[in-house]
Amino acid sequence: MREKKVKNLDMKQYGMVVALIAVFLIFSFLTKGANMTPMNMNNLIMQNGYVVILAVGMLLCVLTGNIDLGVGSMVALSGAVIGILLVDYKVNIWIAILAAILVGLLSGVFVGFFVSKLGIPPFIVTLATMLMGRGLTYTVLQAQTKGPFPNEFTYIGAGFLPTIKVNLGGRPIDVISVGVAIIISVLILLAEFKDIKTKEKYGFATNPLWQIAIKEIVILAIVWFIFSKLATCNGIPFVLVIMAVLAGFYHYITTKTVAGRQIYALGGNAKAAKLSGINTEKVFFWVYTNMGIMCAIAGIVLSARNGSSTPKAGDGFEMDAIASCYIGGAATAGGVGTVIGAVVGAFIMGILNNGMSLYGWSTDIQKIVKGAVLLGAVTVDLVTKRKKG
Amino acid sequence: MSDVILEMKKITKEFSGVKALADVQLSVKRGEIHALCGENGAGKSTLMNVLSGVYPYGTYTGDIIYNNEVCQFHNIKESEAKGIVIIHQELALSPCLSIAENVFLGNEQTSVKGVINWTKTKSKAKEMLAKVGLEDENVNLPVNLLGVGKQQLIEIAKALAKKVELLILDEPTAALNDEESKKLLELMLELKKQGITCIIISHKLNEISYVADSITIIRDGKTIETIEKEKEDFTEDRIIKGMVGRELTNRYPKREDVKIGKTIFEVKDWNVFHPEEAERQMIKNVSFHVREGEVVGFAGLMGAGRTELAMSIFGKTYGQKIQGSIKMHGKEVRIKNVKDAIQHKLAYVSEDRKNYGLVLIEDIKRNMTMAALKKFFSKNGVVNKNEEILAANKFMKKINIKANSIDQKVVSLSGGNQQKVVLAKWMLTQPDVLILDEPTRGIDVGAKYEIYCVINELAKAGKAIIIISSEMPEIIGTCDRVYVINEGEIAGELNEYEVSQEKIMQCVMAHNRKGE
Repeated sequence: MREKKVKNLDMKQYGMVVALIAVFLIFSFLTKGANMTPMNMNNLIMQNGYVVILAVGMLLCVLTGNIDLGVGSMVALSGAVIGILLVDYKVNIWIAILAAILVGLLSGVFVGFFVSKLGIPPFIVTLATMLMGRGLTYTVLQAQTKGPFPNEFTYIGAGFLPTIKVNLGGRPIDVISVGVAIIISVLILLAEFKDIKTKEKYGFATNPLWQIAIKEIVILAIVWFIFSKLATCNGIPFVLVIMAVLAGFYHYITTKTVAGRQIYALGGNAKAAKLSGINTEKVFFWVYTNMGIMCAIAGIVLSARNGSSTPKAGDGFEMDAIASCYIGGAATAGGVGTVIGAVVGAFIMGILNNGMSLYGWSTDIQKIVKGAVLLGAVTVDLVTKRKKG
Repeated sequence: MSDVILEMKKITKEFSGVKALADVQLSVKRGEIHALCGENGAGKSTLMNVLSGVYPYGTYTGDIIYNNEVCQFHNIKESEAKGIVIIHQELALSPCLSIAENVFLGNEQTSVKGVINWTKTKSKAKEMLAKVGLEDENVNLPVNLLGVGKQQLIEIAKALAKKVELLILDEPTAALNDEESKKLLELMLELKKQGITCIIISHKLNEISYVADSITIIRDGKTIETIEKEKEDFTEDRIIKGMVGRELTNRYPKREDVKIGKTIFEVKDWNVFHPEEAERQMIKNVSFHVREGEVVGFAGLMGAGRTELAMSIFGKTYGQKIQGSIKMHGKEVRIKNVKDAIQHKLAYVSEDRKNYGLVLIEDIKRNMTMAALKKFFSKNGVVNKNEEILAANKFMKKINIKANSIDQKVVSLSGGNQQKVVLAKWMLTQPDVLILDEPTRGIDVGAKYEIYCVINELAKAGKAIIIISSEMPEIIGTCDRVYVINEGEIAGELNEYEVSQEKIMQCVMAHNRKGE
């Protein structure tokens, strides 16, 4: 009989989730529960969709030890392409979407080329694309707003999955939302079960059962809290689907694939990565190309939600995305960070924004608080790490 | 007149339990050129770092008596204030600043506090440059336009600007060509006339016997002897004897039951040029071969071009205009990048594990599988984490890495264990040929022994192994055959029975003379 090995859960990676819950609870206390209403939960998700998408793409750049400053401009540019195609040329929405993604792809390739082939620092290249992209957006839009868009298109940003409402104690509940929540819960539990099984099969150390139980209860509680709110509102927003798919996909890439591992290795020590046979140029190229595509997706979601394209769209989004990654535990030097962390970071920012608006603070004050939170989060992270040595 | 300017008494310095210096004595007379000799790792640079305050007072034991005064330096500034200036092997110049700015780097000429007086800076810089024979240089040019030789002279001018009394030069000619070296040595003699005392660390024994008045030999962190020119002739043989005369106990495990088979790795007419200076040839017509189960050493002094040779072979990671042929198992292969090299079962363990070998912030497991991930631990681009953990655990046990678990970050491991992780990383790529560049640099004796055992195991498994080492006993103790490399060329080949430290040094000296 093999000795059963047990090791404690690494709490560090859950610290962000705890912070997220804390921030949410603080604001629900301050706003007397106003941020907990079904409608507000719905808004939280729909308002932050684009930040989450950008943060996920940005995380890969941050993992290499760099950032992409051109993100906001690229969001605007891809939105502008959609606006012109839908309003001026009345093309099919799929063609418009494809065109927007193509524009994002090209802008990503552009950055990737300068960064990887010519070795220009990403900070400079993306500072340039930030200016160029914004200027280009104003030029093609002739400084005007394009709209409105057909309903099939705005569905992407403002629509909901079909609902089946059932009356439960006098309140209409969406059965689809409940069903999805059940499916997610089962999948989470199955994944955990499978994980334990493989660990036992290989004789690896497993976490104590009570710790696993607490972890799963917290995760399931969050899932059910969100979905119960959504079920009593309009159902599942389509943006949530996009977000979940992208976050899931990139979580998979960064944690389970060779490509993901190469990004971490490059960010941790580029010279060692290169001498281990990793084509660092190629990694850089794809990370920035990918960021371009993510900008296009965010641009699509944003213009769909607004129902129009404006030249000012996406202003400052790069900072939100970068801040999300750092709040989510990524290191400025590169090599450290997770997709989940970036998503949680994006939601911490979102909950802050949302809570402060409900509480009645002006956007000016909000900026001060957001800056302080970013500084505080990174300071705490670094100082505790230094103490551990 | 035996006026002693510096006396270091019973200096002992430990690095995490390993004694780098043990009761070292050094006595330097005023106005002489004093050479420190010893093998790499003998403790020469450590001793000088103790003297100059790089290792502050309290991190070592023993006394430094300078100008009849007991000194306790806490940093370089304090030693410089007393007139002790050290010039390290890696130059401490800021490449894009002008010559004048560099001469007064950290010692700026100011009128009001904090405001630089440029007239004074430039005129004084000219003065200093004249003293080192660079009176024709434009002091406004950035230093990176100058060659290494002139940069070295700028360093000396910088020292002179600090009113140096005792100048320490750590391998000043290692990166210089013959003409530049000659100029530097003449300058040292000139400075001596002006009353400046000099300590020089150098491997080039011909240079030492040319300039030095006395030589202190250090071996294994201990002072062996001091030879004085007045009393004894400085023949190279005499110095080598002092440097080498150690008894070899069984610090090197015996290799048993290893059959040396046919040649599996062959490099022919290999030529490489410097990556930045296209005209400078670093490797000249090098040819060598290694057989199955054979351990071949690349001996030579620092800067001989061994690492450059290895890296240029390993996926062209060094140099440009690389020419020559590589044969694996008798078949010619083309290796354009590291990926090709790994594909052709070639592995290279870098001499600089922290910068080129490891991702320090990652754990042992991920570092181990970094090079082999694609080939052995993934399917369709998806990592098989379970196999990865199994392999990492297996290797941790196999080569005895001391750590809590494979999830420990490598930054927290000792040098020896870090080196083992790098070794494991390359063993996991299942190579046929391993190039180990300074595989035991900076690690303690016990870990060294374990690494030699791993090397023996690999040889037993029929791998071809190349060891690059500056520690001659290591080369002699572990290799079946040795190539002596000097100035980018093969200066000689020695078999197991004829190889000795004297022979290696003789090869180098003979090759140096041929070059002159």
